[in-house]
Amino acid sequence: MSIEIRREACIGCGQCADVCPGSLILIDSGGKAVIPNPERCWGCASCLKECPALAIEFFLGEDMGGMGGRMRVRRENSLLHWDITKPDGSLETITIDSRDSGMY
Amino acid sequence: MKLRVESVFTDFLIVGGGAAGCYAALSFCERSDKSVLIAEKAHIKRSGCLAAGVNALNAYILPGGTPRDYVDYARRDAGGIVRGDLLITMSEGLNRVTRKMERLGLTILKNPDGGYAARGKRNLKINGENIKPILAGAVSKEPRITVLNRVCVFEYIVGDNRIYGAYAVGIDKPVLYIISAKAVLCATGGAAGLYKPNNPGFSRHKMWYPPFNTGAGYAMGIRAGAEMTTLEMRFIALRCKDTIAPTGTLAQGVGAKQINALGDEYEQKYDLTTSGRLHGTVAENLEGRGPCCLRTVGISRRQDIDLQKAYLNMAPGQTLRWIESGNTPSARNVEIDGTEPYITGGHTASGYWVNTGRETTIKGLFAAGDAAGGCPQKYVTGAFAEGEIAALAALKYMDDGQKTAGSARARQGASSLDPFKFFSRGAERSSAGLGEIDRLEEEMQSIMDEHAGGISRHYRYSEASLKTADEKIRALSERADLLTAGNTRELVYIFELTERLLLCRALIAHLAARRETRWRGFAENTDYPDADGAFLKYINSRFEDDEFRIIFRGLVAEGEVYEH
Ligand SMILES: Cc1cc2nc3c(=O)[nH]c(=O)nc-3n(C[C@H](O)[C@H](O)[C@H](O)COP(=O)(O)OP(=O)(O)OC[C@H]3O[C@@H](n4cnc5c(N)ncnc54)[C@H](O)[C@@H]3O)c2cc1C
Ligand code: SF4
Ligand code: SF4
Repeated sequence: MSIEIRREACIGCGQCADVCPGSLILIDSGGKAVIPNPERCWGCASCLKECPALAIEFFLGEDMGGMGGRMRVRRENSLLHWDITKPDGSLETITIDSRDSGMY
Repeated sequence: MKLRVESVFTDFLIVGGGAAGCYAALSFCERSDKSVLIAEKAHIKRSGCLAAGVNALNAYILPGGTPRDYVDYARRDAGGIVRGDLLITMSEGLNRVTRKMERLGLTILKNPDGGYAARGKRNLKINGENIKPILAGAVSKEPRITVLNRVCVFEYIVGDNRIYGAYAVGIDKPVLYIISAKAVLCATGGAAGLYKPNNPGFSRHKMWYPPFNTGAGYAMGIRAGAEMTTLEMRFIALRCKDTIAPTGTLAQGVGAKQINALGDEYEQKYDLTTSGRLHGTVAENLEGRGPCCLRTVGISRRQDIDLQKAYLNMAPGQTLRWIESGNTPSARNVEIDGTEPYITGGHTASGYWVNTGRETTIKGLFAAGDAAGGCPQKYVTGAFAEGEIAALAALKYMDDGQKTAGSARARQGASSLDPFKFFSRGAERSSAGLGEIDRLEEEMQSIMDEHAGGISRHYRYSEASLKTADEKIRALSERADLLTAGNTRELVYIFELTERLLLCRALIAHLAARRETRWRGFAENTDYPDADGAFLKYINSRFEDDEFRIIFRGLVAEGEVYEH
């Protein structure tokens, strides 16, 4: 799995570059976030959760059976909304409250 | 590439700001007003194993249980090769650190009576998506802790077997840091990336253990002459196929059973240990009864949705897989598979050989968490507990030392390795580039996979294959020694490759020394396919004159205080 940064949406805040546990994201000379080596991504989703501009998309590589779905994260106070665009273009959102621990 | 030298002074240097490192820093500050410096390769907010979040606290003493029960469980699971003194002191801290994490803001599920809700026999249900930001937030509020993010520590400063600090290099900035400290804690986690992974292509970093934990702490210790223990007890995770997501939430959360392709539950046919469960799955596959799955078909709609949420909190790729394929766990059983082997003292007993206070054989150098050996089944709460134990021991070391030896200052040049050796090359030769570094890494992983018991060999090896592995890794190390760095990032990648190669050699020496098969699944020695009582002892090693000298040591029980 890996990520793609939508250049047009990025506001260059640098939060994603800060938190990546592999320091894989850089801010280029145009002030935008880039991931020069997406194959080094661990798939932890830390960068998505930080991005205030919804500019980062998470996907599964084809070599591991990825089908083209895309995932983004919106943060709203203690809520995380995970927006998943399926391969057929339909959207499914799963919302998790960080104060809720009723899951397994 | 020119490096600017910067000197930094602190009382307590913590190398690695992960679970153990951050917790150790907090514990130290509760008892002392000395200064602390965390040197972290990434950024403590989301670095290390906890980046994606965790879904349970895997080590907790539930009502009715005792720390001794936990020791017994861990000992059984590890075939007896554990340090009783380390396990008991860790277990006694599990509930204390859990309460502290709750105070810091971690959400833990409660029963109606107010007690924590259990998941299985030793686990607590939590919402741990933000466990690392919570920990990092507490660290940043503490004025005596300085955090140096994005610096890669690569070498200790040691003289007369005593530590004086460490060298680090900036990830983005061309700075060589010379960090002087009175005591040092190694909390760099374990090592991934030694073996060819499940997905060797584009998704090669989609592994269980963080690919950014490269075994730096082990390698620095090995080079400095520290004694290491039980590296041969590799950890191989049984995980959801392709996404390498954890299976515990399926097995313990909804009680999903392991079944083979015939639909038969096979777990009971094999040892019910962590390695036995892996062995069972490998054996079923080899005997033509694969693929193996966790049976989730038939779970309720509510369970299905809760599982999707639970995985978003720790392994988001698994939920994406379920949703993009339309096959959520209630509709299709989840296929499972073994990963490549890792070295991690948080799950098995590999790592630094430490005394009961977690001091290594180098004076003033402590180890905690996945870096420290002898104490398996630590998980995140055990890493916290060990961080606390090590911090207190380091404080005592400093207090004692100040009375006798006076304050320690870095002695540049006292290290076993001249750090400038790595950098001067860049000026003399042109950089090899990332491609060449990656190629050597891939070669290393293939050698380990084929000759030292990787996935493709079903984790099996023999004396002859280990000998081949050793020869090939040595030859590769010579080639790696000629790599040149064009920038600091390449330099860090060269360090990482060098660390892994040295660790591969150490691992091969340990695998060869254990002439038995104690942990079916984890380490299958085809020359010695059975356990042998004569090996009910620790296999330790020291790196001397470019060779690993093996040391056998007798078992240490709980209640004993072990000193070097
Ligand atoms: C995917 C995954 C899921 C897990 N889930 C659970 C769970 O649900 N429940 C549970 O109880 N346990 C879980 N664990 C186990 C637990 O997370 C670990 O045991 C624990 O985090 C180990 O702590 P540590 O401090 O030793 O390592 P880490 O937390 O990984 O910290 C190591 C730190 O050292 C830094 N570092 C490495 N090299 C260098 C260097 N050269 N210089 C400077 N810094 C460096 C790293 O960037 C990192 O920040 C999980 C582990 C993994 C990998
Ligand atoms: S998903 Fe994790 S590893 Fe990948 S780029 Fe984002 S923060 Fe880095
Ligand atoms: S967090 Fe988002 S907006 Fe900020 S730099 Fe990264 S991609 Fe751009």
